[in-house]
Amino acid sequence: MNFLPIATTIVDYLQDSIGLTNGLAMVLAAVIHGSLLVGIFMGTPVVWIWGERKIAGRIQDRLGPTRVGGRFGWLQSVADGIKLIQKEDLVPPAADSMLYRMAPYMVCVAAFGTMMVLPFGDTWVAVASDIGLYVLVAVLSLEVIGIILAGYSSGSKWSLFGGMREAAQMVSYEIPLALCALIPVTVAGSLNLVEITQLQSGWANNWLIFHDPFVLITFFVYFTVATASCKRAPFDLAEAESELVGGFHTEYSGMRWSFFFMGEYAAMFVVCAVATILFLGGWNSGIAPLDNALLEMKALSADGSFQPMTYLANAIGMGILISKSWALVFVQVWVRWTLPRLRIDQVMITCLKYLIPMSCFLFLGTIVWPLAMYKMTGGEKTSIMAPKADRWAKPVLSAPAEDVETSQLILPNSTPVDEGEVADVDRKFAGGTR
Amino acid sequence: MTYEKILFFIFAMSACGGAIGVVLAQRVARMAFWLIISLGSVAGLYFMLHADFVAATQIIIYVGGTLVLLIFGIMLTASGPHVKIQTSPGELVMGAAVGLALLFLIQGTVRSVDWKKAAMVTSGGEFQPGEGQGYNPSGQGNTIRPLGMALLGLRPDKDLGAPEEAGLSSGYLFPFEIVSIHLLVVLVGASYLARAKQRTRPTV
Repeated sequence: MNFLPIATTIVDYLQDSIGLTNGLAMVLAAVIHGSLLVGIFMGTPVVWIWGERKIAGRIQDRLGPTRVGGRFGWLQSVADGIKLIQKEDLVPPAADSMLYRMAPYMVCVAAFGTMMVLPFGDTWVAVASDIGLYVLVAVLSLEVIGIILAGYSSGSKWSLFGGMREAAQMVSYEIPLALCALIPVTVAGSLNLVEITQLQSGWANNWLIFHDPFVLITFFVYFTVATASCKRAPFDLAEAESELVGGFHTEYSGMRWSFFFMGEYAAMFVVCAVATILFLGGWNSGIAPLDNALLEMKALSADGSFQPMTYLANAIGMGILISKSWALVFVQVWVRWTLPRLRIDQVMITCLKYLIPMSCFLFLGTIVWPLAMYKMTGGEKTSIMAPKADRWAKPVLSAPAEDVETSQLILPNSTPVDEGEVADVDRKFAGGTR
Repeated sequence: MTYEKILFFIFAMSACGGAIGVVLAQRVARMAFWLIISLGSVAGLYFMLHADFVAATQIIIYVGGTLVLLIFGIMLTASGPHVKIQTSPGELVMGAAVGLALLFLIQGTVRSVDWKKAAMVTSGGEFQPGEGQGYNPSGQGNTIRPLGMALLGLRPDKDLGAPEEAGLSSGYLFPFEIVSIHLLVVLVGASYLARAKQRTRPTV
């Protein structure tokens, strides 16, 4: 029974060790996976709302929260949450009540849905999709609908203006975001986030950011665009307190208001985790001996059995991934409290006149780079930075036409197709038309 | 009742419920919301069929693209706060008639197929879900590589194992390029129209 994209280990454990029936084991495993992701989804805002207030305080030469939970005020987010739950759930009389109530959930669902395909380790991923990045970008783009609906349904001019600006900004910034995410994908030759990370094991010079100068610039462009697409300062004019009284969430209060921020902080974490996976080696530490040790620990359970060491290795990998992502979130917070806000026309000009052409140029450069390297080194390598040639997809350039087998031509980095697979592929795709 | 069936019923019911909501809703923005539910549930059904690519495309194009455009349209053209559409009884009857006719057509088509046999043919003689080529052994994502190949003009699914003299089959490179150029022309045209409008409009 291989139906739902649930990693099989928990299911096997529930089925074989505890003796549940297949259906019940699958449902329970799905609940466990979902709860873990909800934990990450809710935990990130709790940590980072406190973190943001603390960092903002330090940047502005004050202390930030100090009272709740001891010296560092680390219970501040929890106190905020309790306060927000107690507040009255207001719906303005002019609002379209159903849409007004649903909009915050849509923002949250979009941000949470992306975590479905976000890997935290080789096997620690809820849905290991072959097109993980594409699914992630698709689901992340749903966030804008919730924001437009929130702005529209509030029945307030401030909200409508904020919603329109936000929508224009987010829709525009999706284009360079997708283009920049595509650049490491062309280098890695895969949309599968797990495969992209596995390519980057070894020393830190295997990370895709060091693959060529174009990818290096792309990382910074991606990070700028990601900050803007999370509607973070300096690109947060659409909800500027001093101008639009809060933008699309002017009319919201209490829990519904906090859902927008949960979505925002979760989206910040997700785009930073994607940046980590695409450019900064994901759960690889960048230290080859450590990574190899972790890989060996992971290989213990290659036969499908449960090994505590594998679990530990995955947990360490997840810790590395989250640390890197949080470092990037810290930069976003830092930027917010350092740079002044851009005007809305400046926000749009930055995107349409600078970031989109830049990402197009970088995309072209990254595509041409391996070919140029191939020519310059006399056909020896396609990159200066990748010592493990077998990890990288080499273009098939010099082989005579009659020697090129179909399988090599189409999948230069995969194993040659054997007879059984050929028959399988043939049966599956051609069978229906016979 | 297996959990696939339960999931299928959840997605199918929310797809149908969303569609009914679109028909019954009076306010245009609410229709757009119900359409999101309906199209999103259809994407869920595609995910259940292991067609990740089609599902993600459904989300990015219909839900994330077309519907955003629709809501933009409502917001920019609305004269009042919440635009309503009043349906006259004649239109209701006409719509119901067209819908029922379509239902009969689809029902006839679905009934004319021997699904057991079709499942046997596509799974190679045995009724079971096939193994995919993806990273996950449970066979998701097995549509993306063949789709990408076909759009680049390669059909490994047809050519591998086929006799040599048959030659290579053509993929969809040409339609793909045509569509790309078409979209480029549309983009250039749209930006031209937008510019022309801005010049004649008095400054606000």
